[in-house]
Amino acid sequence: MSNEMDDIIKEFLVESQENLDKLDRDLLVLERDPGNGKCIDRIFRALHTIKGTCGFLGFHRLEQIAHTGENLLQRLREKSIPWQTEMGSALLKTVDAIRLHLESLEQTGNESEADHGPLIDLLMDFLNGSLHSSLNFESNFPADESTFHPVSKHEEPEPEAPAPRLGEILVDQGDLARKELDEALAAQRKGDTRPIGEILVAQEQVTPEALQQGLETQAKARKADASESSIRVDVSLLERLMNQVGELVLARNQILQFTARIQDQDFLGAAQRLSLITTELQEGVMKTRMQPIGMVFGRFPRVVRDVATQLGKQVNIEVEGADTELDRSILEAIKDPLTHIVRNSIDHGIEMPADREAAGKSFSGTLRLRAFHEGGQVNIEISDDGRGIDPEKIKKKALEKGLISPQAAAKMSDKEMIHLIFLPGFSTAETVTNISGRGVGMDVVRTNIERIGGTVDLSGAPGKGTITRIKIPLTLAIIPALIVGCHEQRYAIPQVSLVELLRLEGEEGRSRIEHIHGTPVYRLRGELLPLTFLGNELWKTGEEIRPPEGDDSLSIVVLTADGHPFGLVVDEVRDTVEIVVKPLSKHIKNIPVFAGATILGDGKVSLILDVMGLAQRAHIFSSAVGGAASGHKEELVDDGTEEILLCRGPDDSRWAIPLSSVSRLEEIDPATIEHTGALCVVQYRETLLPLVRISDILPERRIVPRTALQPGEKQPVVVHETSGQPVGLMVDAIVDIVRDTLVAQRPGSRYGVTGCRVLQERVTEILDLETIVRAGLEADR
Amino acid sequence: MSQFCTFTLSSFLFGIAVESVQEILPGCGTTPVPLCHEAIAGLINLRGQIVPAVNLRCLLELPPASQEQASDSLNVVLRNDDGPLALLVDEIGDVMEMDPKDFEIPPATLQGSARNWITGTFKLEHQLLLVLDHERLFLLG
Repeated sequence: MSNEMDDIIKEFLVESQENLDKLDRDLLVLERDPGNGKCIDRIFRALHTIKGTCGFLGFHRLEQIAHTGENLLQRLREKSIPWQTEMGSALLKTVDAIRLHLESLEQTGNESEADHGPLIDLLMDFLNGSLHSSLNFESNFPADESTFHPVSKHEEPEPEAPAPRLGEILVDQGDLARKELDEALAAQRKGDTRPIGEILVAQEQVTPEALQQGLETQAKARKADASESSIRVDVSLLERLMNQVGELVLARNQILQFTARIQDQDFLGAAQRLSLITTELQEGVMKTRMQPIGMVFGRFPRVVRDVATQLGKQVNIEVEGADTELDRSILEAIKDPLTHIVRNSIDHGIEMPADREAAGKSFSGTLRLRAFHEGGQVNIEISDDGRGIDPEKIKKKALEKGLISPQAAAKMSDKEMIHLIFLPGFSTAETVTNISGRGVGMDVVRTNIERIGGTVDLSGAPGKGTITRIKIPLTLAIIPALIVGCHEQRYAIPQVSLVELLRLEGEEGRSRIEHIHGTPVYRLRGELLPLTFLGNELWKTGEEIRPPEGDDSLSIVVLTADGHPFGLVVDEVRDTVEIVVKPLSKHIKNIPVFAGATILGDGKVSLILDVMGLAQRAHIFSSAVGGAASGHKEELVDDGTEEILLCRGPDDSRWAIPLSSVSRLEEIDPATIEHTGALCVVQYRETLLPLVRISDILPERRIVPRTALQPGEKQPVVVHETSGQPVGLMVDAIVDIVRDTLVAQRPGSRYGVTGCRVLQERVTEILDLETIVRAGLEADR
Repeated sequence: MSQFCTFTLSSFLFGIAVESVQEILPGCGTTPVPLCHEAIAGLINLRGQIVPAVNLRCLLELPPASQEQASDSLNVVLRNDDGPLALLVDEIGDVMEMDPKDFEIPPATLQGSARNWITGTFKLEHQLLLVLDHERLFLLG
């Protein structure tokens, strides 16, 4: 029984999530167009469904919220209360409250304990008309609360979903000519209030029998619309199917290899049919995993509205190509990076309304999201008409932060300067909001997108706006790859990173490889192309190529990593094949040079090269940009690890803080730190940021006296938000961001520390931020 | 009583808890993985699944396999929650049922890397059966 119940609840959760997403969108439409009756109906219906199911499942807190919201919508439907702008926010909050309960249900199986009393009171106030702003509004319903008791059992009939029109069905059945239908419809428009069927029978255009048949078809269609045309399938089942199809593709490839040897016509025919069907099956199964990018885009109107309102900006959002389809796993992976870019655009890109007018632009800014297929990839463009990016400003900032050397900066093109935004630790915001900033910024966006084989590009001119272009593959599971040979082994190189293939013939060819201080380069159309030898990178064999016998040519695969082209010298270039990417087991997962493995047509395992990892290993990136390149690799798979900020405390001790609880990293001039009572504060973006020195809270264990900051040295501060209040935690230095778990290997030995773990070969204390912050702020009281 | 799947490597007899063994596979070529732990011999294709294979000789500091031994080696495929792992062995023996009272932890004088991987020995009539720590093998890497 309980199992059955679990299934019902799971079903309810999935369904409600979809409903809530739709609710968000509809509410935004309603805010713009309060008279939209259809929209009100849809919202009402969604809330009604949620309320009904929760009542049945016994989630009474949830039911109460949904019901109160539904009541408000009911009044709006009846037009017995007028629309007020504040209602939009209240209803969106209602959706958030429902979402909170659902999340809690999903995680703990219980409703959330959060108190939604004020929200319900607010909704009730709207219902009772006590908040109405229009003075001439006459309440035509009693303002007696008991009438609208939130958990009343009164059930309204659910408005019907749209179904095919009766007239169309009759035409399809051949019982009615299109012309006659049009005439009857025209009569209806002119004021004939009878249903279409009645008019048609009265005019003797259709027989009552035919009408009956049409009505039945319509009823059936209605039912099919609701439940029969689609089914819910567990994603893990689809994943399994996908894997099996991958296996089938491999088996097919193996069989196709035999066809070269076996000259049996029947066998060849069967093999060809097998090949064809496999391809079709593969496409079909891939399609089941495809979802429109609208699934992600759909949540942006809400994000834009919230962020813009918070900042006092006016932003319109335009969406194009929301039906562009993408593999589910990719959709999942781009959700956060896209949200980050959208928030960034509104926060840093689009100006305040007054500034916009001053610059001769329209009062409200526009954010444009566009998705389209091109060249087997999905392109996503996020553009705004804001203040754009000033390359000089970025260069200045990067120099200030010591991210690049002045020599490197002097040589940079505008585009390279703009790309400095992708360096870890970069943030150009003059005013920080809690919106776009997590302080870790665009570098994470880029790593996340590159992880799935995509690229990000930024362009824009000062004052003209910014365009972020993202290119991502359609699917992750099966990719085209070039197979190369090296030391009798075959390696697969994902085609996305491939630029071109070069072949140098004979001694003369080899002599065209030149050396700068021992570093091999090749002159490719006048530009120096850095070379790296695959055998050397993998097996440390020195510069040595072993081409297949009887061949004295040299093969260079020109690749691009992060916009930097480089040549990879291999023993031989074989063919291009579609490979099924398989993850590496954890025993060999930490080798950045490999992105995975695959099984080739002959059944042998081949490793897939990670071009980024390879480029890093070969030091392809100049030292100026090295910081960005050696950036921390994001793992897409959720393997229980998280990103951890490593900080240095006194005595060169190490502290770990989960990056998820860090909202920004700052460097503060010690001279700006002021004291109020026992507490240190700093003026921070027009408010006061309390500062807590972590080493003051942790019980002393210091041997070396604390070294004061050198004059001109900045105080590193980790900004953490606790119940909406930012607190700055002072540490001696920010060391790194690593990916690991925060499970303690040993319990903590002092107050404020939850445990110890070895991170980056150092014993690191895992800080209990809440305790430290509490203790730090209490010092003031 | 507990059962052990036994195999030989060099001149030693090893045993591994039979519950942890998924299957025995004839040797099929491994794909070497550069830059990884030296005891990982490479990857094998187990019916479409890519499985790392462990070179036990390297792990236990035994003399490397001769050409002939290497080509005749078998895979003992273990499985835990993380997935399968193959061990390259010379020859497969019987499944032996052992009495826990014959078990002894390795003497303190057993040094070197072997100590990390051997939980103890069973005293057979003519030979010692060295028990491998299968849980630990999964932590390799």
